[in-house]
Amino acid sequence: MSLKPLDVHFKVHLDLKKIELYEMGWNLKDGLRECLVAAAPYGGPISLLKGHNRRSPSARPQLEIYSSSGLPLASFPWKSGVVKQLGWTVSDDLLCVQEDGTVLVYDLLGGFKRHFSMGNEVSQSQVLETKIFHSPYGTGVAILTGALRFTLATNIDDIKLRRLPEVPGLQGAPSCWAVLTQDRQSKVLVANGSHLFILDNTACTPVTPPGLSPQASSIVHMCVSFSYKYLALLTDSGHVWMGTSNLKEKLSEVDTKIKTPPKQMAWCRRPKSQQPSAVVMWDGLLIVVGECKETIQYHLDDDSILVPELDGVRIISGTHHELLQEVPGACEEIFKIASMAPGALLLEAHKEYEKESQKADEYLREIKEQSLLSEAVRQCVEAAGHEHEPETQKTLLRAASFGKCFLSNFPPEQFVSMCRDLRVLNAVRDYTVGIPLTHTQFKQMTVQVLIDRLVYRKLYPLAIEICRYLKTPEYQGVSRVLKHWACYKVQQKEESDEVIAKAVSVKLADAAGIFYSEIATKAYESGRTELAIKLLEFEPRSGEQVPLLLKMKKSPLALSKAIESGDTDLVYTVVMYLKNELNRGDFFMMLRNQPVALSLYKQFCKHQEQDTLKDLFNQDDDHEELGNLYVKASYKEQRLEARIALLQSAVDEYYKAKNEFSAKTTEDEMRLLRFQRKLEEEKGELLVGFSLHDTMTTLLSVGLHKHAEQLYKDFRVPDKRFWWLKLKSLAEKEDWEELEKFGKSKKSPIGYLPFVEVCIKHHNKYEAKKYVSKVTPEQKVKAHLAVGDMEGAAEAAIERRNESEISTVLSRCSATTDHLLMERLNRAKATAVKK
Amino acid sequence: MQLPLVGVTVMLERNVLQVYPAAESVVGSLHMAHTEWRDAPELPDFSLLKRLARDQLIFLLEQLPGKKDLFIDADLMSPLDRIANVTILKQHEVDKLYKVELKPIVSSSDQLCFLIRPRIQTVKWISDLVNADKVAGRFRRYKIIFTPQKFYACETVLEEQGVYGDVTTDEWNFYILPLDDDILSLELPEFFRDNFLEGDQRWVTTAGSALHLLQSVYGSFSKVYGIGRCAKMVYESWRELMEEGEQRTRQPEFAKVFLVDRDVDFVTPLCSQVVYEGLVDDLFRIKCGSVEFGPDVTSSDKSIKVMLNSQDKVFSEIRNEHFSNVFGFLSQKAKNLQTAYDKRRGMDIQQMKAFVSDELKGLKQEHRLLSLHIGASESMMKKKTKQDFQELLKTEHSLLEGFEIRECITYIEEHINRQVSMIDSLRLLCLLSITENGLLSKDYRSLKAQYLQSYGIKHLLTFANLRQLGLLEEQQAGETLTVMESKVGKLVNDKTVGKLTDAFSSLAKKSNFRALSKRLALVPKSGEEYDLRVPRDMAYVFSGAYIPLSCKLIEQVLERDGWTGLEEVTRMLNGQEFAVTGGSSSSEARNKTDAQRIVLVMFLGGCTFSEISALRFLGKERGCRFIVVTTAITNSARLLEALLDNHA
Repeated sequence: MSLKPLDVHFKVHLDLKKIELYEMGWNLKDGLRECLVAAAPYGGPISLLKGHNRRSPSARPQLEIYSSSGLPLASFPWKSGVVKQLGWTVSDDLLCVQEDGTVLVYDLLGGFKRHFSMGNEVSQSQVLETKIFHSPYGTGVAILTGALRFTLATNIDDIKLRRLPEVPGLQGAPSCWAVLTQDRQSKVLVANGSHLFILDNTACTPVTPPGLSPQASSIVHMCVSFSYKYLALLTDSGHVWMGTSNLKEKLSEVDTKIKTPPKQMAWCRRPKSQQPSAVVMWDGLLIVVGECKETIQYHLDDDSILVPELDGVRIISGTHHELLQEVPGACEEIFKIASMAPGALLLEAHKEYEKESQKADEYLREIKEQSLLSEAVRQCVEAAGHEHEPETQKTLLRAASFGKCFLSNFPPEQFVSMCRDLRVLNAVRDYTVGIPLTHTQFKQMTVQVLIDRLVYRKLYPLAIEICRYLKTPEYQGVSRVLKHWACYKVQQKEESDEVIAKAVSVKLADAAGIFYSEIATKAYESGRTELAIKLLEFEPRSGEQVPLLLKMKKSPLALSKAIESGDTDLVYTVVMYLKNELNRGDFFMMLRNQPVALSLYKQFCKHQEQDTLKDLFNQDDDHEELGNLYVKASYKEQRLEARIALLQSAVDEYYKAKNEFSAKTTEDEMRLLRFQRKLEEEKGELLVGFSLHDTMTTLLSVGLHKHAEQLYKDFRVPDKRFWWLKLKSLAEKEDWEELEKFGKSKKSPIGYLPFVEVCIKHHNKYEAKKYVSKVTPEQKVKAHLAVGDMEGAAEAAIERRNESEISTVLSRCSATTDHLLMERLNRAKATAVKK
Repeated sequence: MQLPLVGVTVMLERNVLQVYPAAESVVGSLHMAHTEWRDAPELPDFSLLKRLARDQLIFLLEQLPGKKDLFIDADLMSPLDRIANVTILKQHEVDKLYKVELKPIVSSSDQLCFLIRPRIQTVKWISDLVNADKVAGRFRRYKIIFTPQKFYACETVLEEQGVYGDVTTDEWNFYILPLDDDILSLELPEFFRDNFLEGDQRWVTTAGSALHLLQSVYGSFSKVYGIGRCAKMVYESWRELMEEGEQRTRQPEFAKVFLVDRDVDFVTPLCSQVVYEGLVDDLFRIKCGSVEFGPDVTSSDKSIKVMLNSQDKVFSEIRNEHFSNVFGFLSQKAKNLQTAYDKRRGMDIQQMKAFVSDELKGLKQEHRLLSLHIGASESMMKKKTKQDFQELLKTEHSLLEGFEIRECITYIEEHINRQVSMIDSLRLLCLLSITENGLLSKDYRSLKAQYLQSYGIKHLLTFANLRQLGLLEEQQAGETLTVMESKVGKLVNDKTVGKLTDAFSSLAKKSNFRALSKRLALVPKSGEEYDLRVPRDMAYVFSGAYIPLSCKLIEQVLERDGWTGLEEVTRMLNGQEFAVTGGSSSSEARNKTDAQRIVLVMFLGGCTFSEISALRFLGKERGCRFIVVTTAITNSARLLEALLDNHA
């Protein structure tokens, strides 16, 4: 096989090649004449508006959208106002800027998305000129109004309109202007005659390009490079000045020798290239200017437009679509005539090898002698990336693969990824797809964005194919595409809910990271609530279903899903939503069926809405809880009457709940409160709020024995409690006489050991001893020990022949003083054990 | 004592072999198991969690540049102190620190920052503050940092009060506070009441996130077991987080996780604690790993705050001991210390110099701690060896054994009548009810009436709460729950039955303590002597009278590697058990790494120091180590106080 020579091959400091991308598939009668044209960078779609200047309603202009290969994507008559400018956003949306400053946004298949306005000032003074630009912040729109002022929006997805300062001395439309992105800010560069100004948010600064030929009286055209780094100016004297866009450095200046204003000018420069080069287009003529004085000229048959790209310029005419770019280094090295570069030699070696000629070895040896084989492989791989012709790519890659065989430890990644990339690129460059990306552009835009673009074009199968082929992680790749597909699918009106739901679930079944809720949202937005509900059923995360269900007013379902999710916060969200949405009765009814939600809401009410809580219990006839609620409220109430009233309500509720115990107790409490108040008034003792026990203690301690006894009788206080109370209070007051009387009043229900212990506690051994004799036999030992009577204790223990009691006494004896006693005890213990 | 001990050792060796097929080294070390534990697996370094929390807090504080006053929820004060002290806060332009008191504030700062738990009340208070400032025409910047997360309900309050736009909110994901080498706490005491009493499951996701955090920092788990409704939900929430997040293949640092609901075992936290650490908690209340010893302990006129953790060498030796041993141990220790001091005598100058520089400081430190702990145990002995406490313990043990119930009731009655202690009386009532499967109607009424006479009728509400939780109930004549379930089951499908059972079991938890105790041998046969100095099983934490149910369950499940054979037990505990094989594959799980012998136990609703001691003991026996994650440290008083209703 023979290699095709390069299409164009100049040896004038500048190596350019022009590649034919497509023969256009469209059939335009008048070519691009009289059309408003916009083509998106990165091989994006092309839009045409024919006869946009016609104002009569009878002949509406036609808006057409094509792929880069000229295949129709959409076409419809333009019914809105006069369009001044078309442009594409970074996400392949079409912007149509109207005379009145309204911007209409369409997707690439012609579907209307939204519109926005560029502000009152613009709509009043009308649009004179417009430029659509891209920056790291998204797609922006810059407008020059009839009042000769600039208005700018840097990102159309987050519109913040900025009106730039006035340009001094501007009488009519400026001769030319451009948008720059510098220092994280969008600025406008304006030429008024020979004066150049930079407009930013705050100021208008005059600037002078260094070294601009003095013979020019006006700057007639300007263009900024793709990266905003370089600027080219064309003067009325026909000179092209090229320099950095910060106007600090001049790169070159070339005389085109043509004085008429051009139609378009664009930079044609690959990243990292050392040579500046710009393309200027007139009717039928294209001139490339570079570093040296000579220019390269092309003849154009047809009306064309230039589309600046990252690494070149595309030229679109009525019939053809071409790419003009600087020849990449690797290609030049390899294909230069009689090149001795390692890559060229390797290619030659492989060619000979295919022919089974021993020359292959000679070439190889030559490369190896210079130890340039890995460089040769690298060159071939790189060059393959820049070639558009699959056959050439293959030849180069085969040569690289051949060279690789003679290298050990050569990292294979570059080769492998280039093969993959090229396969993808060839697929999308295909005529039917029509995305003529170069390898450099592809790397810049990333696979993710390419997948997005395919999805915008609804080329789902290809997108999935590419994801699988490139092994993109599922949730960024296949799943994402499937989700888009499903979102599109649910909008197809002609199919029934069942069919769509089934199709979606089958396709998406095992894809990871799919949120059915998003697809369902889409279905709902296109008016298919039933379908949305069906789709939500597939969503395994119940939490994800809730927001949409709420939006669709499927509140009961939303509530149960929220509860199912186990996320209390979500349940709260729904409950609060329902509270505002439903009337009270319905709301309560709904809660009643959902205990989890109900208990949550009760929690909320406890802090925020006590009354609502009461209503809730009322509705459920939960009298028990109502009673509790009243009791609780009574404790917060300061005034006694109100307190008693609340308790009365509680009593009523408790009776309704058939809880007699609580009712009776509460009634007792009311009685107690009244009693306490009466006594407070009479005796001045603070009593209200005390428990029965505390009340009695207080009464006894101040000597109101009668009243204490009254309580004892009235409230059926157990004897034991009363005896304990009285015993303690008398001992506390050290009223031993009264205590003795009390002890004798009748048989003590708590026995007499407590008497002994209480006396001892108040350090009155004498009194304590009085009661020892009355203690029951079982407690005798304890009583004796309590008063410190070892002998008595020993006596009692021995008498009862109780081993453990004897041991207890023994343990309390001291070896020195109770010697005899211990002997006796030990003897008794021995006999007790024997028995 | 010699013979049975050998028997125990042999039996243990067998168990060890069953659980860890290749753990010869563990067996080897068992001969000295009770003294020194040579083969303990290394625990992961949890201080990392503190650093993470601190860094995030600093980041959040810097979101509000400039000087600001910081208001902190009272119960966040101590945890915060463990993460970032005042100096660090000041470094990040915190001007003044205030405690949230729900009262009007006096602050002249133009920037107010609130570090709070997501509670409606607090948020409402902040809203009022903001509105008051508005009325006064005062402009300030407000920032609320919710920890560990914000809740929608809180934002709703901000919205309803019309201040949503005036404050910025943030989350400080401070889920876990490491209290010690093996204790991690969520510091959420309200978890218990919210989840089990109020049925508010908002903290479930918090617990799930805490586990997720542990997992993402320390690696995944090979197996997860759990029992209880809440445990199940926590696991679900954790699993969802796992699925959403990226999967990391890391060498796991824990072998197994065990999740347990507090309401699976109410008996254990209701018992008086008699292990040193538990007793200190019961008497002095350990707060966030530190305790304040009053003048009666310090034998001076001021209180001293002491950190109680493994850093304290004296404490770490006695924390797990039965308190009857502690005094002897401490006096021995004191003697040793004296001997060490005495070395000084007869030293020449050089030796003295070395002694002062090398040993004296350590001795002094030890001396200080020793005297504190001696003071504490003296004060303990004073309170606890009294007749009253002995009788209290005796009653508790009788209840656990189901022995002399009438006498117990009489004792409780007297306890109530004499107004000995509001909480203790309540505790005994609950113990009685749980162990006896509810009280007879007659007893229930009379005890309740007497309690109300002693402490006022506001406790009607307390009793309602206790009944709802199944802590204190009246025996119901007639149908049991299971009969009812099977009847309902015939009418509706299985899923609904599950839901209904849930509903029923939350309404009325039947405690089957007696049957459970028999089945799991929780109460050792009475009459046998139990040498508390040489514990033979976990029962030692309750003087040999009772093995904590929660810990026994953990032991059984780990031994069986699941719930098989425990069907009867789980049925009595209302089911809800689960066992899941986790992220790492089973072949990995058989690795002999240390990590495989670390078990994480999460208590939902709080755990007691006695349980931690019991697990430490179990770990020693089995050659593994337990890490306890709890929503908070609890004890009987905290548990019951959470159920009082007179504060709200």
